[in-house]
Amino acid sequence: MKPPPFDYIRPNTLAEGLELIGKYGADARILAGGQSLIAMLNMRVAAPKLLIDINGLTDEAYIRDDGDAIAIGCATRQAVLERWPTLAQRLPLIAKALPYVGHAQTRSRGTVCGSIAHADPSSELPLCLALLDGQVVLRNRRRSRTVPARDFFSGVLQTTRLDDEMITEIRLPVPPGNTGAAFNEMAIRHGDFAIIAVGALVDTTHVRVAIGGGDDFPVVKRLPLSGEAALQEALNDLAWSLDCQDDLHATATYRRHLIRVLGQRTIEEAIACRS
Amino acid sequence: MPILSAGQRHKITVTLNGEERTGHAEPRMLLSDFLRHELGATGTHVGCEHGVCGACTIKLDGQPTRSCLTLAVQVDGSQLETVEGLGASDGSLGVLQDCFRRHFALQCGFCTAGILMSLDTYLRDQPNAGEDDLRALLSGHICRCTGYTPIIAAALEAAEILRARELQPEQRGPDV
Repeated sequence: MKPPPFDYIRPNTLAEGLELIGKYGADARILAGGQSLIAMLNMRVAAPKLLIDINGLTDEAYIRDDGDAIAIGCATRQAVLERWPTLAQRLPLIAKALPYVGHAQTRSRGTVCGSIAHADPSSELPLCLALLDGQVVLRNRRRSRTVPARDFFSGVLQTTRLDDEMITEIRLPVPPGNTGAAFNEMAIRHGDFAIIAVGALVDTTHVRVAIGGGDDFPVVKRLPLSGEAALQEALNDLAWSLDCQDDLHATATYRRHLIRVLGQRTIEEAIACRS
Repeated sequence: MPILSAGQRHKITVTLNGEERTGHAEPRMLLSDFLRHELGATGTHVGCEHGVCGACTIKLDGQPTRSCLTLAVQVDGSQLETVEGLGASDGSLGVLQDCFRRHFALQCGFCTAGILMSLDTYLRDQPNAGEDDLRALLSGHICRCTGYTPIIAAALEAAEILRARELQPEQRGPDV
């Protein structure tokens, strides 16, 4: 349970960091908060030759309100976003989901972008990014590209980030004022990996519901709000459409059950807090 | 900064509980091992080494941090606080430690150092923390002895004592 050997460097600027990831590519990993990566190193799931520690990039630790979206830099810690004074007003979904992200003791160091880069199928922030239809800004030495969440996650712990790229920012669209948001998850212990996580955004006619833990990455579905029976039917179809798996924590059957029950509950909560 | 190579030990200087300390670490050395093996600060315990159990929690620049999910090379120049810093210099227990003792909030003690460091930070930031807040905070720790109830009782009492202390100077009024 100790990491394999690796070289280490701590760039002082984003340009330096991009030079390094450009030069070392797949041999290197970006170390942000380390709350997933160091655990993976300790378990020897990952064995990079070089760690590029971006904790020195203080200019990238920002939360910027662009009006229609909130931009979050790659060095912004989850605890900082959690304490951002207008979070509940601007991004109520994130305000509701963040307390489920790890524990206070890991959010203090874990970054928002790092959690998205890690792309765990059951983790909360990738689910929120997908549900909000957010974007990931990827940069290499020469250019920057903006990828919508639906094109970013490609499998379990897999994304479409290229080897010479680094996530420099994510953008979370601010939903219209009359949107209701809710988030729930079932885990063995509060803050542990979700067996199933559900987020919902409702407007006057439809609900966007996102499921984490049911498939290789978060799945988002838009459903009409046309009565309880129709919604239950739609959630049942959604549950069966996912590739739910048995594991140590839960059976696939239980996961589908949670999608139906927690899905219903989350949508009802989102409707109730619609303004 | 140059690349620190994997096979070499690099000099790391930290302020540990107010005292400047220096040790050496390869890039892969975890902060938890650096504290214990390089600096001899064995009050910080190592449980799961993947951030789940919370036994290794310390304060890094004032924030609760899993020392098993942090590298020693990352903390060069940082302020670290560990359980060794909670008591007074004469060896008497700090407020939180004393409450733990009175409420039997520990049995084997393995998880205790981490829990104390989490609570110490939390009660500093949230002096009015209630039971629900404390239970949410403790979800970041595993204790297999106590069932958590005595830990909550100890933390609530410590919060009360700390609040009273904060108020004292005002309550005392001017010396006439």
